[in-house]
Amino acid sequence: MSEQNDGQRFDRLPETPDERTVEGRVSREEVLEYFEDRFAIPPATFDEHTFWEKGAGKIWIYCGDAPTPIEIEAMGMTCLRTRQEHWKPTTDFAQRFGRHAEACVIELEREEARAFAAGEDQELEWDGDWGYLIAGHRIADGLEPLGIGLYVHGELRSMVPKGRQREL
Amino acid sequence: MEPLERYRPIVDDFEAFLAACRRPLGNAVRINTIKASVERATAALEEESVAYDQADWNPRVLRLETDSPGSTWASFHGFTHGQEEVSAVPPVVLDPEPGERVWDACAAPGGKATQLSALMNDEGTVVANDSNLGRISALRFNAERLGATNLAVTNADARNYSLQRFEFDAFDRTLVDAPCSCEGTIRKNPDALEDWSEDHLASVSGIQKGILRRAVQATREGGTVVYSTCTFAPEENEEVVQHVLEAEDCRVVDFHLDLEYAPGLTEWDGEEFDETLEHAARIYPHHNDTGGFFVAKLEVTA
Ligand SMILES: C[S@@+](CC[C@H](N)C(=O)[O-])C[C@H]1O[C@@H](n2cnc3c(N)ncnc32)[C@H](O)[C@@H]1O
Repeated sequence: MSEQNDGQRFDRLPETPDERTVEGRVSREEVLEYFEDRFAIPPATFDEHTFWEKGAGKIWIYCGDAPTPIEIEAMGMTCLRTRQEHWKPTTDFAQRFGRHAEACVIELEREEARAFAAGEDQELEWDGDWGYLIAGHRIADGLEPLGIGLYVHGELRSMVPKGRQREL
Repeated sequence: MEPLERYRPIVDDFEAFLAACRRPLGNAVRINTIKASVERATAALEEESVAYDQADWNPRVLRLETDSPGSTWASFHGFTHGQEEVSAVPPVVLDPEPGERVWDACAAPGGKATQLSALMNDEGTVVANDSNLGRISALRFNAERLGATNLAVTNADARNYSLQRFEFDAFDRTLVDAPCSCEGTIRKNPDALEDWSEDHLASVSGIQKGILRRAVQATREGGTVVYSTCTFAPEENEEVVQHVLEAEDCRVVDFHLDLEYAPGLTEWDGEEFDETLEHAARIYPHHNDTGGFFVAKLEVTA
């Protein structure tokens, strides 16, 4: 395993850890396991999608055609940050796929959702696991994911990136 | 409004046209069906007491009665995307199918590219290209916000675009929403005509011809190319299509659109164009109370 990650291009993730040729690169299997273990998102949700790494630890989800490796600006969306102790899903991923999640989803009241969307941290009760959660709220007769929050010490920290924050 | 005088001979009810060009345009959004159905998106707006009017020709286009269409829950969730009503026309005319390979040659900031993704149910491939690196970040931001996972972004000059980076050698459909003099955006942007000059028309027309030629070449036989601009100038519209009809293997085809519009021109300033250019659409601001647009649909014949 002598190859290093090349930050200039997209490489498709290997299916399994055994097929890994680049140091530290996660496999598709591990990504699916993470989404299932943490959020109970069924792996079949991603049957049509491929996962790619560009930039160390930055994982992208895509469903179009493309050879690997490929040097382009973007493909699909960034979905997950790996190569760190606690993997961190993105806000855009949570909004796009979070409806499939059945665990580690914290439901917010309207005012709490407003604070979350504005990027604010808030004290909240939660008896589930600490760490990254999908925050959602009820809108138009359904629970709709807002983004990713970090829950620690009785506090939910909004991870909504600056450019996506809104005063609602 | 001075530069628009040259269109007096070709625009029906020219005074109504000028009056419409002077009226500011309201806010419109497109419903992003990747994230919400039309029912759900409109229900979300109703919950927030945001009044809207659904466009007759397209239930996914809403005119909103709010000054800040970006500050709704529907927008935060990516159920809606701010997009001018006529700007939603070219992807509908291109009419891509789920699973196809589609090229958006001039895609930033991505309103139409993400609309193409949505029309394809986020299946297949949309290659969204733009030559301006500075505009690529807005394109990426919009694609991610709207959840388009079938969209790939490239940064290249469309005039000599290479397909080598992908595995395939032709697209099924291509949209050329060309850089233009933007006369038709005057209602949104009152300065739109400030730098207007015939020289500018001529130079931008050259770029448009180069991009449209490459688009026809990069599209498979039997495939579709849609050419659109937000300008009235025939030099940037019919003349560009005419040039490509002569230089490449393609023909102009008819399409159906439930909007009021005028047919494309068959002559301008002493120059004659192919009679099939009548199948193109000139959407003037007074027709449907929108911005201005030109759309032509081509079929690749070899
Ligand atoms: C009318 S705008 C496109 C708007 C876009 N289709 C949308 O719906 O959001 C035209 C775009 O063409 C790009 N452009 C100009 N010359 C180009 C070229 N030679 N190749 C590719 N893109 C070009 C500009 O940077 C600009 O973003």
